[in-house]
Amino acid sequence: MLEIKGVNSFYGKAHVLNDLSFDVERGQVVALLGRNGAGKTTTMKSVMQLVVPQTGSVTYQSADITRMPPHKVAKMGLGYVPEERRIFTDLTVMENLEVGRQPEREGTVTWSEDMLFDMFPNLAERRTNRGKELSGGEQQMLTIARTLMGNPSLILLDEPSEGIAPVIVEEMARVILRLKKDGLTVLLSEQNLHFAQAVADRVVIIESGTAKYKGTLAELNAQPEVRDTYLSV
Amino acid sequence: MGLFIAQILTGLANASALFMVASGLSLIFGVTRIVNFAHGSFYMLGAYVGYSFMQVLPGAWGFWTSILLAGLIVGLIGIVVEMLVLRPVYKAPELFQLVATFGVILVIQDLTLLVWGADDFLGPRAPGLKGIIRIMGEPIPKYDLALIALTPFVAFALWWLITKTRTGILVRAATQDREMVGALGVNQAWLFTGVFFLGCALAGLGGAVQLPKGGADLLMDFNILSAIFVVVVIGGMGSLPGAYVAAVLISVLNVFGVNYLPQSTLALMFVVMVVVLIFRPFGLFGREEVAGEHGQVGEPERPIKPAGQSARMIVMLGLGLLALLPLVGDSFIQVLITDIAIFCLFAASLHFLLGLGGLVSFGHAAYFGGGAYAAALLVTYAGTPMELALILAPLAAGLTAIIFGWVCLRLTGVYFAMLTLAFAQLLWSLVFQWGDFTGGDDGLVDIWPSEWASGTTTFYYLALVLCIGGIIILRHTAHSPFGYALRGARDSARQAEATGINTKHVQWVAFGFAGAMAGIAGGLFVFSKGSIFPNELEIARSFDALIVVFLGGVKTLAGGVVGGAALEGAKDYITRFEYWRLLLGLLIIFVVILAPDGIAGTLRKWAEKIGLMKREDRV
Repeated sequence: MLEIKGVNSFYGKAHVLNDLSFDVERGQVVALLGRNGAGKTTTMKSVMQLVVPQTGSVTYQSADITRMPPHKVAKMGLGYVPEERRIFTDLTVMENLEVGRQPEREGTVTWSEDMLFDMFPNLAERRTNRGKELSGGEQQMLTIARTLMGNPSLILLDEPSEGIAPVIVEEMARVILRLKKDGLTVLLSEQNLHFAQAVADRVVIIESGTAKYKGTLAELNAQPEVRDTYLSV
Repeated sequence: MGLFIAQILTGLANASALFMVASGLSLIFGVTRIVNFAHGSFYMLGAYVGYSFMQVLPGAWGFWTSILLAGLIVGLIGIVVEMLVLRPVYKAPELFQLVATFGVILVIQDLTLLVWGADDFLGPRAPGLKGIIRIMGEPIPKYDLALIALTPFVAFALWWLITKTRTGILVRAATQDREMVGALGVNQAWLFTGVFFLGCALAGLGGAVQLPKGGADLLMDFNILSAIFVVVVIGGMGSLPGAYVAAVLISVLNVFGVNYLPQSTLALMFVVMVVVLIFRPFGLFGREEVAGEHGQVGEPERPIKPAGQSARMIVMLGLGLLALLPLVGDSFIQVLITDIAIFCLFAASLHFLLGLGGLVSFGHAAYFGGGAYAAALLVTYAGTPMELALILAPLAAGLTAIIFGWVCLRLTGVYFAMLTLAFAQLLWSLVFQWGDFTGGDDGLVDIWPSEWASGTTTFYYLALVLCIGGIIILRHTAHSPFGYALRGARDSARQAEATGINTKHVQWVAFGFAGAMAGIAGGLFVFSKGSIFPNELEIARSFDALIVVFLGGVKTLAGGVVGGAALEGAKDYITRFEYWRLLLGLLIIFVVILAPDGIAGTLRKWAEKIGLMKREDRV
């Protein structure tokens, strides 16, 4: 469904992604694991074309989306949930959702505000609150809900468990599994192996912008030395 | 009491057009982050277009239709400008776009002259609203009352659009984080164009609606520019309620000022702005500007290096040619080069602030003109000889810069820029309205160099030595520990603070230093011309220097000098044509689009591409 092939991306002058290649198949949850600075966020941004790869290609549903403007990438059904959340702090919860709204798309769920409030009951109570009045966990839920308003087929979650309370991390895992059940494909980046264990089908481990390991979660668990080399557990 | 109320009503009526124009500017800035200097030009176009329609459309119906049509047409012109001029430069370094909008000002000025001619038009009076009404015995024009009644509807419509519609929600979201809005599937390009349409249409409406009170003339664009910037800054950049409150505040105060303190009218609004910004640094309703918050962080700054062997050779060769020039060139060319050298020093001093300090000053003319006036006043009132005046001019300019800088440096970004503009305008209005001392509009004349330096060639050498000396000192300072501290404060204020640099103090000293350097240029200027007029302190003069620095290249050390020489040289040639503003404007726009790193920056990139120069920044 998503194919990243030989991607080299720079952030300013720094060479961040180095011939990165991996695939994400439809209906799977793929965890992109790696230490701080390994290139996880740049991978996400390179898929969205927020960082334009200098060489290599990103293919989504057999269309080459490299160098496409980000709004067109989003319109093709890629939903992006950034690491720093980036909710619109001066807008209310309802208005934040409105910004994410896109027409329905064939082959995926069409979300409404009510469905999302079902999934995130906390947000329902705060629908007229401004973004800046929400807690960190609520903000994280709002970014996911906002992206879902665009009815994506594939959702990119950049470090969804970072900086939020353990009880909310659990809820986040529940949400991801629910999205998978609804037929969405998920690519999430994580430092937290335990979180990935709970939700992922496959893992890709990157270091210095290169994929060092690709396999199923079960395979990874059978090779503790890989874990120890690339992840700080 | 009646008079008091009448004045308030006049103020409210004046606030009407001001609010429309300023809210347009505020919207455009809020979403696109473009400081649209050309906004006054769209206001002027609105007046002319509205006037033309009023000539053909009869009656009250025709009058109000003309106003709406003026708004619509100016909005469409805005779309053309946005798509042709601004779209190519959105990705350029921050504030570079304002140079493009300055080019647009020049183009619109000449096109207006071309289409409507040089005569001022007296605005037609509104059919059905020609008379006056007496309120508590005071005559109030009916049209004023109509404007007072109309403005809240315009404000309400805007408020509704911004808060209640999907478009408004997207606009507000884009004001905060436009990259994220794009990543959610919204085509920002059209959002920008739409906002630009709306903003320009509002300016056009404002221009047309004030016709019965003011008319249409070719000076309207610059005349309203400082007022709308003041309104937007006092209200808070991007805030519509703020624009309304500030427009009313300024207009009402202005009416009272005209009646009770007529000498202060020009300065009044800037005083208000300074006071507001000291207590509320982001305007009455604004919020803090965080650099890079809007996903528009430019290319990282390059390290700068002292000139290499070959560069030095080229410079030496150039200097040698300049030194030999009087042997071959006539006095005309010597005067031209003197002008260019003076302007280059002025531009280099602003470049020092802007390029190395990251301090975008919109009011650098204050120190150029300040130095010039200091020298002129000394000569006029104290009979000071030229030598002493040339020493005291930079001291006076530097002192002015230190005082102004102390206040301005409390703010950052656009608010800093606006405050520097306000202080420059303050100085300008002081000089303009204190005629007994400064000569006012008539300026100060008969200020000539000392006997020994009065020959064209001698003065040429004097100017050359002082200007090039100044430029070299500026360059050396860039490579001194002080220059490192200044660049450190620019690139990462917190990091610099953490290493023990008092960033505000460093910036303050730099501000004073750059002011003093501009003062040398100003001192030389007054002796080269023999006279000085308030226009050397005007906004247009500050803009000249800004344009030059951006055109030359902010991020290259030679930027100020290269830009200064290019613009001053080009001007000398181009101003021979009747429609030179059009040509110069187009030239500026082309340079902005084709050379987004400025002339020097782009030349360097080309040189690097073909291998003439090594890239210095490879890690």
